[in-house]
Amino acid sequence: MSAITDPVKGGFRPSMLLYDTRYRSMTIQIIALVGFLIAIGWLVSNTAQNLADLGKPLGFSFLWEPAGYDINQRLIEYNSQMTHARASLVGVLNTMLVAFLGCITATVIGVLVGVMRLSKNWLISRLMTIYIEGFRNVPVLLWILITMAIFIEVFPQPRDFRGEDAVASMSLFDSVALTNRGIYIPAPTWFAGSGAVIAVFLASIVGMVFFGKWARKRQEQTGEILPTFWIKLAIFFVPAILAYYILGKPIGLEYPELKGFNFKGGFYMRNSLIALWFALSLYTAAFIAETVRSGIQAVSKGQTEAAAALGLRQGRITSLVVLPQALRVIIPPMISQYLNLTKNSSLAIAVGYMDITGTLGGITLNQTGREMECLMILMAIYLAISLTISTVMNWYNDRVKLQER
Amino acid sequence: MKKSVFLGTLAAASVAAGVAAAGTLDDVKAAGELKCGVSTGLVGFAAADANGKWGGFDVDVCRAVAAAVLGDGSKVKFVPTTGKTRFTALASGEVDMLARNTTWTFSRDVDLKFEFVGVNYYDGQGFMVPKALGVTSAKDLDGATVCIQTGTTTELNLADFFRSNNISYEPVPVETNAETQAQYLAGACDVYTTDASGLAATRATFENPDDHTVLPEIISKEPLGPLVRHGDNQWGDIVRWTLNALITAEELNITSANVAQSSAAAGNNPEVNRLLGTEGDLGAMLGLDKAWASRAIANAGNYGEIFATNIGEGSPIGIARGLNAPWTDGGLIYSPPFR
Repeated sequence: MSAITDPVKGGFRPSMLLYDTRYRSMTIQIIALVGFLIAIGWLVSNTAQNLADLGKPLGFSFLWEPAGYDINQRLIEYNSQMTHARASLVGVLNTMLVAFLGCITATVIGVLVGVMRLSKNWLISRLMTIYIEGFRNVPVLLWILITMAIFIEVFPQPRDFRGEDAVASMSLFDSVALTNRGIYIPAPTWFAGSGAVIAVFLASIVGMVFFGKWARKRQEQTGEILPTFWIKLAIFFVPAILAYYILGKPIGLEYPELKGFNFKGGFYMRNSLIALWFALSLYTAAFIAETVRSGIQAVSKGQTEAAAALGLRQGRITSLVVLPQALRVIIPPMISQYLNLTKNSSLAIAVGYMDITGTLGGITLNQTGREMECLMILMAIYLAISLTISTVMNWYNDRVKLQER
Repeated sequence: MKKSVFLGTLAAASVAAGVAAAGTLDDVKAAGELKCGVSTGLVGFAAADANGKWGGFDVDVCRAVAAAVLGDGSKVKFVPTTGKTRFTALASGEVDMLARNTTWTFSRDVDLKFEFVGVNYYDGQGFMVPKALGVTSAKDLDGATVCIQTGTTTELNLADFFRSNNISYEPVPVETNAETQAQYLAGACDVYTTDASGLAATRATFENPDDHTVLPEIISKEPLGPLVRHGDNQWGDIVRWTLNALITAEELNITSANVAQSSAAAGNNPEVNRLLGTEGDLGAMLGLDKAWASRAIANAGNYGEIFATNIGEGSPIGIARGLNAPWTDGGLIYSPPFR
């Protein structure tokens, strides 16, 4: 290779692509791009070739064949004669259910623990530290498994509720059955007129929101503060309860009863759902607690002191001064915690919870042998769920972030 | 993002598929060990003992193949697989053969691209319940909670059985036999369903086996057998004829005790001679030496001996020969002739 160091004198020579700094970066980028595209092309053609050699060309028609297996927890109608696609949908809904429940409880627990960890009470703050470190530093799969194992071993089996001298009995005035197969709670039954009660209830929620807006406006104009919490609570409950009694109690409760092998009636929350929900919530809550703590500590002490100097009470300092500033720090990492929880829910199969990994990525994959197709769909589904969550959370983040004026 | 995920899958799959066409016999010889997929632990069929040594009915099939191919039945690497991971393990070349209570079905043979080399156990799906429940027939199981190993044919049979009898049930899918056992014993499910042989094996490990009963209904045909990948016929032949050699040995009364003596010199039964390589050279046709079958039999005995030591009536599992008796005794165990 010849070294060309002379300054360029007019015209373009190919060697300038390498030795002229004006073109060099462009050359390198083009070479890298070509290399990358070749690598992709090789991967795609090699995979297609190998699948063809195996006699398994890529195809998605298996999704429309009967699944043949049953799923215990179904949020929509499903039986074994329906298609694999339908079974996958049941799985998607189960994933979303546990992710939704998990995100809510993880947030509630996480915020409480995060605040309590900052408590001046030595015992409380130490206990919270132990909880956070314990949960953060043990793999979530182990928490899921141990929750399930404890659940199965601690609670009585339905058989124990039977007979004259039953070993176990139902709790809360015979309305809730705690068994090692899950928890049975009373479910509402709807009679004529129940629609009206619900309509009143929904109307009172709308009313509550409007009252809140009105009270805020009034406070901004007059400076008077209403006890909004208690008034909102009254608006929330009183009209619906009044309507319930006026219309002659149109909503009843169906209590679970031991019939045959299992309890029947009422809502049934399976042990797998509870174990998964519980473990994921506690695990993620430990991370959220740290996020909340860091967010609160990020607000400088001067802010609190300034607010106190203005004569605000402790509760108002937290809600008006500290939290709005802390949320700005808390929310972005919170998004990734929600995403983690959702993705961790794919460990569900460890306790036999039929989420999308259990149906599409488990039984369907196994019975049809379509690994490639199933995994691609599975990834696309998780991607879609995750992107949706982050879109929603980013929208919320934009709303609470510091308004710069 | 989406693209890179897609490509990652492609990469994984292309690595997996790349090994399919290679000569398995050469690979096994080069590696000096046979990689055999077995179950994660089903006493009597495939389970590791306290010292980590594998033993069982399926394990002995693996060992017989290793003895035939490598000359040493201990040169086997046992890869525990669950109902869900077994086919991927075989298809990807992680194991050379699978001997894992796997039911021979049309779609597995044709669509999943595997080759079942024969049947080493004729089984059927049954139900086990605690005696305390007082259930005497599977048709009384309306509303019961059923523990089931996910990724198996039993899952589909179960759905069909309850559907055709118009009764309801609640499936509890579990990954391994050990987990199923824990759930069943804790009463988290009323019924445990799997192949009847698996039920017998599991029941034998219970503290009080007599508190549990296997219901009389057998709801499916489950011919279990070893399998290999499609596309390597020589390897398929080796595994198939090793199994057949074990079966034929029982028929011809060649046992682990007398096989050495019979292999030393040609006797007066030509089929024994052909099998043990003292006459003709069947081994060369398989790409093996003359004594392949004799080593396979010497390893743990013929089919009947393997059955008796691991799961037979003298063992803790205590399964009767039944359908698995040789055809000469009215069973279904039958090998094509060595000729």
